[in-house]
Amino acid sequence: MAESDAAPTISKKCGPYISSITSHGINLVIRGLVLFFIGVFLALVLNLLQIQRNVTLFPPDVITSIFSSAWWVPPCCGTASAVIGLLYPCMDRHLGEPHKFKREWSSVMRCVAVFVGINHASAKVDFANNIQLSLTLAALSIGLWWTFDRSRSGFGLGIGIAFLATLVSQLLVYNGVYQYTSPDFLYVRSWLPCIFFAGGITVGNIGRQLAMYECKVIAEKSHQD
Amino acid sequence: MTLTEKLREKISRAFYNHGLLCASYPIPIILFTGLCILACCYPLLKLPLPGTGPVEYSTPVKDYSPPSSEPGHQQGDPSERPDWYLGPPVAYIQQILVKATVSPWHKNFLAVDVFRSPLSRVFQLVEEIRNHALRDSSGIRSLEEVCLQVTDLLPSLKKLRDLLPEHGCLLLSPGNFWQNDRERFNSDPDIIKTIHQHEPKTLQTSATLKDLLFGVPGKYSGVNLYNRKRVVSYTVTLALQRYDSRFLTSLRSRLKLLHPSPNCTLREEHVVHVHFKEEIGIAELIPLVTTYIILFAYIYFSTRKIDMVKSKWGLALAAVVTVLSSLLMSVGLCTLFGLTPTLNGGEIFPYLVVVIGLENVLVLTKSVVSTPVDLEVKLRIAQGLSNESWSIMKNMATELGIILIGYFTLVPAIQEFCLFAVVGLVSDFFLQMFFFTTVLSIDIRRMELADLNKRLPSEACMPPAKPVSRSQRYERQPAMRPATPHTITLQPSSFRNLRLPKRLRVIYFFARTRLAQRLIMAGTVIWIGILVYTDPAGLRTYLTSQVTEQSPLGEAGLPPMPVPGGVLPAGDVKLALSVFPSEPVQLSENQTQHGQPEPGTKAEVTWGVEDEEIWRKLSFRHWPSLFSYYNITLAKRYISILPAIPVTLYLNPREALEVRHPQEANRYHSFFPSSLGKLEAVDRPGEALPKLQGHRDVTLYKVAALGLASGILLVLLLFCLYRVFCPKNYGQNGLSHSRRKRGDLPCDDYGYSPPETEITPLVLRGHLMVGCHNSPVACCSQPVPHPLPACTEGSANLQLLHFRLRRDSSGIFDYQESWDQSPDPKNGLEDPFDNSHPLKRMLSPLQPLLFCDQPDLTSLIDTNFSEQAKAVEPEPRHRAVCSRHKDTGYNFGRLVEKVYEEQSASNCMNFAGFPATHGQAVSCSPVAVWAGDLESSVWSLDLRGNLIVAGRSNGKLEVWDAIEGTLRCCNEEGQSGITALVFLNNRIVAARLNGSLDFFSLETHSSYNHLQFRGTPSRSSIPSSPMCSSNDLIMCQLTHTVPCAHQKPITALKAAAGRLVTGSQDHTLKVSAPLPWVSPVGPWAGGAGVGGDSGMTSLPGPGLWSALCWGSVQHLSLPAVTLLGAILQGREVPDWQAPSLTLSSLFLAQDLGCGASLGVISDNLLVTGGQGCVSFWDIGYGDLLQTVYLGKSNESQPARQILVLENAAIVCNFGSELSLVYVPSVLEKLD
Repeated sequence: MAESDAAPTISKKCGPYISSITSHGINLVIRGLVLFFIGVFLALVLNLLQIQRNVTLFPPDVITSIFSSAWWVPPCCGTASAVIGLLYPCMDRHLGEPHKFKREWSSVMRCVAVFVGINHASAKVDFANNIQLSLTLAALSIGLWWTFDRSRSGFGLGIGIAFLATLVSQLLVYNGVYQYTSPDFLYVRSWLPCIFFAGGITVGNIGRQLAMYECKVIAEKSHQD
Repeated sequence: MTLTEKLREKISRAFYNHGLLCASYPIPIILFTGLCILACCYPLLKLPLPGTGPVEYSTPVKDYSPPSSEPGHQQGDPSERPDWYLGPPVAYIQQILVKATVSPWHKNFLAVDVFRSPLSRVFQLVEEIRNHALRDSSGIRSLEEVCLQVTDLLPSLKKLRDLLPEHGCLLLSPGNFWQNDRERFNSDPDIIKTIHQHEPKTLQTSATLKDLLFGVPGKYSGVNLYNRKRVVSYTVTLALQRYDSRFLTSLRSRLKLLHPSPNCTLREEHVVHVHFKEEIGIAELIPLVTTYIILFAYIYFSTRKIDMVKSKWGLALAAVVTVLSSLLMSVGLCTLFGLTPTLNGGEIFPYLVVVIGLENVLVLTKSVVSTPVDLEVKLRIAQGLSNESWSIMKNMATELGIILIGYFTLVPAIQEFCLFAVVGLVSDFFLQMFFFTTVLSIDIRRMELADLNKRLPSEACMPPAKPVSRSQRYERQPAMRPATPHTITLQPSSFRNLRLPKRLRVIYFFARTRLAQRLIMAGTVIWIGILVYTDPAGLRTYLTSQVTEQSPLGEAGLPPMPVPGGVLPAGDVKLALSVFPSEPVQLSENQTQHGQPEPGTKAEVTWGVEDEEIWRKLSFRHWPSLFSYYNITLAKRYISILPAIPVTLYLNPREALEVRHPQEANRYHSFFPSSLGKLEAVDRPGEALPKLQGHRDVTLYKVAALGLASGILLVLLLFCLYRVFCPKNYGQNGLSHSRRKRGDLPCDDYGYSPPETEITPLVLRGHLMVGCHNSPVACCSQPVPHPLPACTEGSANLQLLHFRLRRDSSGIFDYQESWDQSPDPKNGLEDPFDNSHPLKRMLSPLQPLLFCDQPDLTSLIDTNFSEQAKAVEPEPRHRAVCSRHKDTGYNFGRLVEKVYEEQSASNCMNFAGFPATHGQAVSCSPVAVWAGDLESSVWSLDLRGNLIVAGRSNGKLEVWDAIEGTLRCCNEEGQSGITALVFLNNRIVAARLNGSLDFFSLETHSSYNHLQFRGTPSRSSIPSSPMCSSNDLIMCQLTHTVPCAHQKPITALKAAAGRLVTGSQDHTLKVSAPLPWVSPVGPWAGGAGVGGDSGMTSLPGPGLWSALCWGSVQHLSLPAVTLLGAILQGREVPDWQAPSLTLSSLFLAQDLGCGASLGVISDNLLVTGGQGCVSFWDIGYGDLLQTVYLGKSNESQPARQILVLENAAIVCNFGSELSLVYVPSVLEKLD
């Protein structure tokens, strides 16, 4: 078919099932949108998690507290998650080693749950000191990768994402664009990379699953044809 | 390596044994597991119910001092002390409970007088409290020093700014409604409105401003127009920062001195500390809900993978139960060993489930269902278990390792989580091994049973006989195997088009899932939940109090339910007049002033136990919401509530009159026709209260009427909707099929089960043969080799009747009944003589009858065969016609004739000719002796005209005269049993057990008329109807043999459109090319063309079609073959979809267990018989159109035979009855 040269990597993975380049593009857009909304949603929810405990009972601005942080944070998270989620399957294809480990929605859900749990722990559990917090979170993140990913590429990409994201957020803070509510600067810095790493792994997992779904749909379609 | 291998081997063996054990004793093991779960969950009973209800702890007020903040040195019994009782409370709450009444009560007082003057005294009281100061040696202490100083209200509470105190003592009283300004109060024209102006209009929230300021629940305050007790109670609530016992004692004694309550028996012994748990705000709720949604998605995606089991839902439920109960067990075990959960259970629960996971369960299921199906259930379970044993153990070890690592983080919360997770993992493993495996084995067994039931009619009854012939056949098979020119492949049924429109599908979907009902139910439950939850003094508070009462922390003397205070009789004059010495004077003055002769009703304020802790009746949110207004949270903190100070106020009528607002008098004037001062209208004001009551009742009635009207409207609307959607009167004649489970219903691939029909099948109970079978009516044309193993005994007989009904165009039926013989063990035992007298009978056309006028032959039914035989014996002389064979059987003719005579008396039809002709014994059934046939049984039967062809198990083909019961000819050339027979004009085609086809030709050696016999409407013409004369010599010759038409026994044989169709147990269906000697135009043309062998040789030729077919071809219905033939003939028709679709739908019918028998009604309608029902299918699309249930009870009876009549009615046998089903009109429309 005509699109085989345009999308060689896809056809390598999905076989001769791609019917047209447009459907692939549309699928890409749909996947990006889904990932974007997942990212926005997770950002909002996890931001809520980070809100300090002992808020007053039914504070009047509880609804607005969902959007208490700067308005551009959730869209940024959404965009980042879309990029990461598309990057992971793309990288898999480029490396030529499709991710086969636990490719099921139930596993993805488990991964998301563990990610939320890591956030929960970082927000709610009282740690003795920051070293402990960092170590625990790092162990948890590595455990997340080992349980749900186990691919070297995923690990590398996760590390890269964590590094980049931490750098960007620190730059933002230095320049005063954004500031943490928590005064403990070290505290924030210690948990950020772990969260970013776990988030990268999670979103990559979702993205891979979505990409697989696309392949399956295309395969079915071609079968029907 | 070897160690690992050894370990692996051992684990696998252990799992294998365990699987065997579980599958062998499922019920005891499930019971054992249930007991284990219950035992492990037992410690959970000691834990308090989860929830946000406050916890109480009370200490004696005597020498109370705030607890120290360090847990080390605490006074009192440490075992009773809750762990939250540390440090000073957020605040001490001192309530001054005021009960006030106007006494004596004048009958001309207004309803507002009940509370206006009592409320007016609150200002004075508040002033007294505010100005109270304790002077002692250490100086002067005022309230300002001890009270809780509050700052700003929250910014969002601007509108309450005037009502709640700011920047000062937190002192609440009803006077806050008027900014503690008496003048405002006095000038307030409408107190009720002022009080209620901040009440929420819609949903009642837990703590309203009125409750906050009054300090008592709204209904206890008595501030309303319908207060019959005329006692108003409210509190002045004081929040104290520090506990100063001397100050409080002085305040108490001063207030008591000022406003004594003589009959007050309130106990003032305990300080109650109320600890509030964490409140879940929306900010915390959203992440929680998110985690739960993720959890449910995880469970959904996991359990969706369960496949290939009998009940997916059941197994999914079992999996979830496994995980949940393992969590409960873990919490229970941890509690048992002294670890109390401190984490928020609701928060960590999803994570625990995710950590434990459903993976093992799924792996187990997958492994078990992937074992070979033909193994025994036990072995399957055991094998599946042992296959996965290694990975299960490995996973578990890994998870335990990870959790152990988590345990060494030394963070208490994570450690606790890990502890729970470890115990949960172990108990989950235990439950998987015992509970889930057993459930799985039960499920697999059920599935196996279901499979068996499905296969039962076809293969399960196949006797394992004839191995020799089979092997012979196999040898010849390659040579004879025809080259198949075309293979009809069955398309997967999911690609079939759907016949029903989408709209109907959606509606059926709604109906099937009962979506609307469930939504309404869920809505109702939620609504009730909201009601209960928001009820300030409702179930929740009650429950909370109960819980605290149960727990050792609670106070012992808590009254469980509020007791309504009694109203003292009016005549009780035990007034505390000494309190206000001047009042009697005033009272009398008042009376004299108004010239009222009789004294008013005197009231007394009573104090009871219910007043002791009036704050208990407040919402449990009362204090948290009060403090939250000042941005003080009570979550995880406690407040101490000091015993209330009782204050009793008696107000004299003059006071009440003084504070009355002029507008009030005017407003309520309408209720009181008598003016204020007019004392002559004494009686009238007394009616005021009932009138008000009546007013309220009217409102009630209005509401009720409105509700009723809207209800009726709703019902009407629904009825209209129902009429729109279901214009027909469905279900009017509906049988009750409530016992049928959904799973039993035949349904198509989509789980769609069409509505059970309204058609009531007509049951032909009156037929002669009906009752005389112990077993259901079987049919003689059924291929006999398998269904009746007892056939081979040949020692007994059971009359099996083949009943055919054909309906003429004139609407007149004729009957062709033939009796087959079949063993009846019971009869055989009873009457050995009868064994040699099998009955064979043909009832020639009787008096033509309309169907409804059919004589009732039920009286002839006699199951007692021995008596029957005796009854027959005196009558052999009557059977003159049948005398050719002396040792005859039984003649039904006479009996039938008798019945007909009886019936004709009442029947308008003319039976005159009957007695005359019956002497000729035309209708008399011949009785045949099947000499020498005891060792073989009849396997197949066909009949044409007056000839009956019977195929026997020993391969003999016999031609009988149906009327006279004589054996006309016999052919014993074949050795293999004849499983199917078909008359093909002058030929007989016999299918044999060894898969061969034999063609016989029938020749007569005299003038031969039509063998075709048609019933004639007039009885008198019957003797002249063309018959094969008994004088003719009939020859039956084997003309041709197709040696290996099939590799397995042929079970079905039909002829139509000049073709033969055979179905066999070798899963093939073969259609022959048009047989050349069958002329499509004329009937049988003598013996001509018999010699032409071309027809037979062409059988394996290119015209033969072979198709991979379903299970085993059991039944072929003639029109189906016609259809098939027609379709196959249309080879040039480009639409090749048609034949395959046909086959796919047949496949569908067979597959779903509906296809014990089938018939084709029209080109696209197929009817199949199932268990107690017949189903109509659309051939072209394979859709199930309708199911008609034949009876209520005999569900197990399959409809084995189906005969399609010409006018789209079908006859099927059902148990011992025949049912006539008219094809539903819906189907007619589809045509």
